[in-house]
Amino acid sequence: MTSALLRAHPAAHPVRDRTEAQALPKGETRAATGAVLALEAVSLGFGGIKALTAVSLDVKAGEIRAVIGPNGAGKSSLINVISGLYQADAGEIRFGAQRFRAVPPQRLAVLGVARTFQNLALFPALTVAENILSGLVFQRRSGVLGHLLSLPAARREQARQNGQVRKVAERLHLTAALDRKVGTLPYGLQKRVELARALVAEPRLLLLDEPMAGMTATEKAEMAGFVRQARDASGLSVILIEHDIGVVMGLSDHIAVLDHGVKIADGTPDQVRRDPEVIRAYLGAEAA
Amino acid sequence: MDWFTFLFAVEVAIGGLLSGVMYALVAIGFVLIYKTSGVLNFAQGAMVLFAALTFVSLTEMGLPFAGALVLTLLAMTLLGITVERAVLRPLANRSPMTLFMATLGLSYILEGLAQLLWGTQVHRLDLGISNDPFEVAGIFISTFDLVAAAIAGAMVAVLTAFFRFTRTGLAFRAVADDQFAALAVGLRLDRIWIAVWTAAGVVALVAGLLWGARLGVQFSLSLVVLKALPVLVLGGFDSVLGAIVAGLLIGATEKLAEVYLGPFVGGGIEGWFAYAVALVVLLVRPSGLFGQKLVERF
Amino acid sequence: MSLVTEFSATPLPPRENRLLAALPLVVILAVAYLAVPLLANEYLIEAILLPFLALSLAGLGLNLLTGYAGQVSLGSAAFMAVGAFAAFNFDLRLGLPLPASMLLAAVAAAAIGLVFGLPSLRLRGFYLAVSTLAAQFFVQWALNKFGWFSNGSASGIIAAPAIGIAGLPLSGPVGRYLFALVTVTAITFLLHRIVNGPQGVNLIAVRDNETAARVIGVPVLRTKLFAFALSSAIIGIAGVIWAFAYLRTVEPAGFNLDRSFQILFIVIIGGLATIRGAFLGAGLIVVFPLVLSRLTGLFFDGVADPGTIELLERIALGTVIILFLIAEPSGLSAILSRLKRRLAAPRAG
Ligand SMILES: Nc1ncnc2c1ncn2[C@@H]1O[C@H](COP(=O)(O)OP(=O)(O)OP(=O)(O)O)[C@@H](O)[C@H]1O
Ligand SMILES: [Mg+2]
Repeated sequence: MTSALLRAHPAAHPVRDRTEAQALPKGETRAATGAVLALEAVSLGFGGIKALTAVSLDVKAGEIRAVIGPNGAGKSSLINVISGLYQADAGEIRFGAQRFRAVPPQRLAVLGVARTFQNLALFPALTVAENILSGLVFQRRSGVLGHLLSLPAARREQARQNGQVRKVAERLHLTAALDRKVGTLPYGLQKRVELARALVAEPRLLLLDEPMAGMTATEKAEMAGFVRQARDASGLSVILIEHDIGVVMGLSDHIAVLDHGVKIADGTPDQVRRDPEVIRAYLGAEAA
Repeated sequence: MDWFTFLFAVEVAIGGLLSGVMYALVAIGFVLIYKTSGVLNFAQGAMVLFAALTFVSLTEMGLPFAGALVLTLLAMTLLGITVERAVLRPLANRSPMTLFMATLGLSYILEGLAQLLWGTQVHRLDLGISNDPFEVAGIFISTFDLVAAAIAGAMVAVLTAFFRFTRTGLAFRAVADDQFAALAVGLRLDRIWIAVWTAAGVVALVAGLLWGARLGVQFSLSLVVLKALPVLVLGGFDSVLGAIVAGLLIGATEKLAEVYLGPFVGGGIEGWFAYAVALVVLLVRPSGLFGQKLVERF
Repeated sequence: MSLVTEFSATPLPPRENRLLAALPLVVILAVAYLAVPLLANEYLIEAILLPFLALSLAGLGLNLLTGYAGQVSLGSAAFMAVGAFAAFNFDLRLGLPLPASMLLAAVAAAAIGLVFGLPSLRLRGFYLAVSTLAAQFFVQWALNKFGWFSNGSASGIIAAPAIGIAGLPLSGPVGRYLFALVTVTAITFLLHRIVNGPQGVNLIAVRDNETAARVIGVPVLRTKLFAFALSSAIIGIAGVIWAFAYLRTVEPAGFNLDRSFQILFIVIIGGLATIRGAFLGAGLIVVFPLVLSRLTGLFFDGVADPGTIELLERIALGTVIILFLIAEPSGLSAILSRLKRRLAAPRAG
């Protein structure tokens, strides 16, 4: 395998063992071993606003973990803390054995973590292929000179990375659009390109901030299929923020619920569906 | 350090602070426009030149002080309207950098126009303020600088009162805080922009008269923009208070550096020293001393 | 804050026959290398082609930084000055051959560009743009203040030596033109390879969305510094051509803020983030004042003195900039693309 990041958790059988998760009392954190990501009592504030209050969370290999909650609950903040764009005021973030107070965002890719953004964060002037390729830049060994002189190593690397781009584009049905400028694509396709860019380096952990927002039902189903397929293929773990409860219930192994920055529930879809506090906080807010 | 060298240093610093007031005055013109429309108006210096040249030419044609003042104010209002119509409106919703480039073009137009209309020679401008220094406790202070600082101070006070207490001023602030919300409650953006540019024109006129009385009214007046820019970044683009504090800070350090550092490097460092000061501070505070921190959301 | 995203709406060219697409380039090169040296008169070379080549190169350099990497610089002329004075000193003090002094001058300009690019690691937008003025004023001051740079001549004026390569004298107009042309062609080719290669992806990624670039592992800081260094090196070489091939006598005051703005205008008028934009913009900027002074000569029938013409030129230039920003933010390059499509359309059926 080309990616050095795949070493960690070659889970041939994605974790489906719900009984184990059920056995855990709600909110308890597990030992770092076995967890791809573990948050330990992470808090984050903006001026007076508490965006996150002592949130603990761990994500096992091969798990799709949804994070839901009403608008402003702190879901995006959670992902931003994990990816180092925001720095937690307190708490700890662990990727496997590496622990951070503040994750260095420029090392995220090397740590095997990839993400998408709630509001598209593509490079509009680049083509779809180049956008996807940008997700492989951190693995590049050859420099400008190598490229200018067309050194064999540089050429091989370029060919290999282009191959990776084509492969992921094929999986996400983007082949036909590879040479188009991303800025000219419809919104739904752009969201898909962003997913492709996140997947191309075969990360261990994928953070998706509302990847299906603003999509039609068909597009959503398609997108959900891509996410599941990626997980099944490589055993990566996913944190998925999504407002569409139907999608969430169908796709995730576990669901964490945030409300006003506090994690009020964490469990299987069935558990969460029945949790009275979730019904009050989440559905109450939704109904209001 | 003996007593006299100390007095001398104080004198230099005071001289610097007073010229700093003048830097601040030009910088405030920038802040006005930046706060309400997010545009860094490079043409502010050209506006200073345009205003001063118009005023001085009118007096030379025999108009009394008040008459020339009124006509110049009228000209600056006209300029505000033209800029809104011809530049800001067609460029609405474009990136701040694009608008900045447009003001670069505007500064070329204004500089050319001002000199084409009123000629390129140096005009003497006498505001009737004494140029003799006076002495306080062994320190010489320039009367002119002091009066100029007082006028600048009064100008700031008037502006502050205007923003606090008048409807138009409040509208400015609303637009500065949130353009969309301001639009939503029915504020007319075009009128506000005209008003802001006119206000910046008035500030330019005051600055032009004070600078012009000191240096003569000529092309080099428009170069005060280069003095004001480091003040602006040091204070933060959107803070009047920042412009004042940074103006004083740069004025004083620049004069002190010129006197105490200059001889070691051959002098003439005032061209870049202010930038160096601003850069050092910016490395610690990337939005200046008082500028609003950029809040990025992802 | 991105200046370019809204500028670069140029649609993709159809993937036509590559040979056919390269035809205009072949024609241009043939004219430049064969027709001009044989046919052009001295005026055309001295007054138009030499400044055109030097400014095109400077435009290319700035376009790398501002167009591709999205970092606005207001101090380009400083790097032209560094290039010119560095090459002068390498020639004078080390007696190096011209290509070597030029290369070292590029390295010197890159090093200084790197230093003045450091604030870009921390500052953004207007804060960065203003801080690039520091380069402008500091370099001009240093060249004026320290006589060593100009070998002690009054007000820093330097006279470039007669140029020649490997014993071949190139000091005539055609020789200097060919020297400039070869240099510009080579650098254009290199730059084209760079911006269309992997490094180009990094540059545009940083420009279009710096945060996204950082979290996916694009080396943002390195990319910015690379852009500053390479851009300064190219602008430095433009300075060498300006001083050695075009004017041959230069002073620091010639590399003032107006020159920096001129280069910026070239890039805006020509089209940001395009290679040919630099050439189109430089062409317009060089020819524009000549045409203007002819026209005013016609209209005012000799009444207009040079000072007035200069003012008119200033006004016209400012107007052109604003008009381009309003009507064609993608510059002459986009106009050319449209023209080409219109011409190609009937043939395509
Ligand atoms: N950069 C920031 N500066 C200031 N406040 C912020 C910032 N980012 C988020 N917040 C605040 O933190 C709280 C949580 O916001 P967050 O974006 O995490 O919510 P969310 O759950 O993602 O909501 P949504 O479903 O609308 O995306 C909100 O009150 C928000 O206003
Ligand atoms: Mg969110």
